Amino acid sequence: MSDTKKFLFVNRKAPYGTIYAWESLEVILISAAFEQDVSLVFADDGVFQIAKGQDTTELGIKNFSPTYNALGDYDINKIYVEKESLEARGLTVDDLLKLTYEDEDDDWAEKDSIHVVSSAELAEIMDQQDVVLSF
Amino acid sequence: MPMLHTVNKSPFERGVLESCIRLATKGSAVILIEDGVYGATKASTASAMVEEAMKDLDFYVLSSDLKARGVDESRLIDGITVVDYSGFVKLTVDNDKVQSWL
Amino acid sequence: MSIEVNGKTLETDEEGYLANLNDWEPEVANVMAALEDTELNENHWEVINFLREYYEEYQIAPAVRVLTKAIGKKLGKEKGNSKYLYELFPYGPGKQACKYAGLPKPTGCV
Repeated sequence: MSDTKKFLFVNRKAPYGTIYAWESLEVILISAAFEQDVSLVFADDGVFQIAKGQDTTELGIKNFSPTYNALGDYDINKIYVEKESLEARGLTVDDLLKLTYEDEDDDWAEKDSIHVVSSAELAEIMDQQDVVLSF
Repeated sequence: MPMLHTVNKSPFERGVLESCIRLATKGSAVILIEDGVYGATKASTASAMVEEAMKDLDFYVLSSDLKARGVDESRLIDGITVVDYSGFVKLTVDNDKVQSWL
Repeated sequence: MSIEVNGKTLETDEEGYLANLNDWEPEVANVMAALEDTELNENHWEVINFLREYYEEYQIAPAVRVLTKAIGKKLGKEKGNSKYLYELFPYGPGKQACKYAGLPKPTGCV
C-alpha cells in the first residue's frame, strides 16, 4: 500500500493512576484496523504499563495488561522500551511482560516484540516517523 | 503532633514525594498509595531520597496498589511497612491529622 | 433495556450487549439469537466459544481481521475467512458474535 504511514505511539504515563495508558491502548488497537506501520514506545513512567505480574483484583478495576499480549495478533511488533527509563526505576527487561509475535515470513516463528533501546536510538526512531502520538 | 501524609503520585513524574519529605516533620508517617507506590522500590533514582528520609519518617505502602502495578514486595526498600486497607484506616485514626499531597 | 434468560432479567445496553459480563451463560446466546431469528448451530458455537476464550486471555474482543486470522489458525483455513464468518453472523462476525458471547462490542467497531 503506497499511502502507508509510519505511526509512533509514545507512552509515558503509569497505568491506573490516570486514564492515559488505557486510552492509548484503545487508540493503538483501533489504528491497527487501518493497516498502518505502527510502532510503540514505552518511556518514563510508561514502562510501568508493561510491568509483569499486575493484579488489580483488590482495586476492583480492569487489569488491561493482558491486552498488550494481543498486540502481536494486531501485527504490532515493534515495541521500543527506553533503557534509561528502566534503569532509573530499578527495572530490567525481565520485569516486563514477554511480548511476542509470530513472523509470517519466517514460518510463524515466535519472536520478541520488545526492543530495549538507548535514548539516542529512541531519538532516531522518533525522527523517522510520519506521525507521532503522545500519551 | 503526629501527622499522616499520603502521596499518590509517581516520584519520577512529579516532585510531590520530594516536597512531602522536605516539609514533613520528624516522627510523621508517610503512606504511598496509587502511583505513589513506585516511590517505595529499591535501586531507583528516588530510592536514596526515601532511604535518607526514613531516618526521620515512618514509611508505609498500600498492598493493593502494589499488586495492581505488579510491584513485588521483594523490590521494596527495607524498612517500609506494607499495609492493607484496614491498616491504612488505622494509620488515619492513629494520627491527629492527615495531609494529602496531590 | 434487558432480556429474559432462564427466568432472570439481564440488563443490556441500547444495542443489546450484556451490561454485565458475568451475567453470561450459554442460554444468553440462544435467547439473543432467537431475537434476531437465528438458530445457533455448532459452527456458531465454535466462534462464540473462541471469542470467550480470547476475551478471557486478552481482556478484549478481537477486531474482525484478528478474529478471522485466529479462527483460521485454530479451526482451519476453510473457516478463517470473512465469507464463512459473515454467513454464520450476517450482522458482522465481530458485532453479532461478540454480543451472543456476552462480550462488549469489539474495540474499533462502530
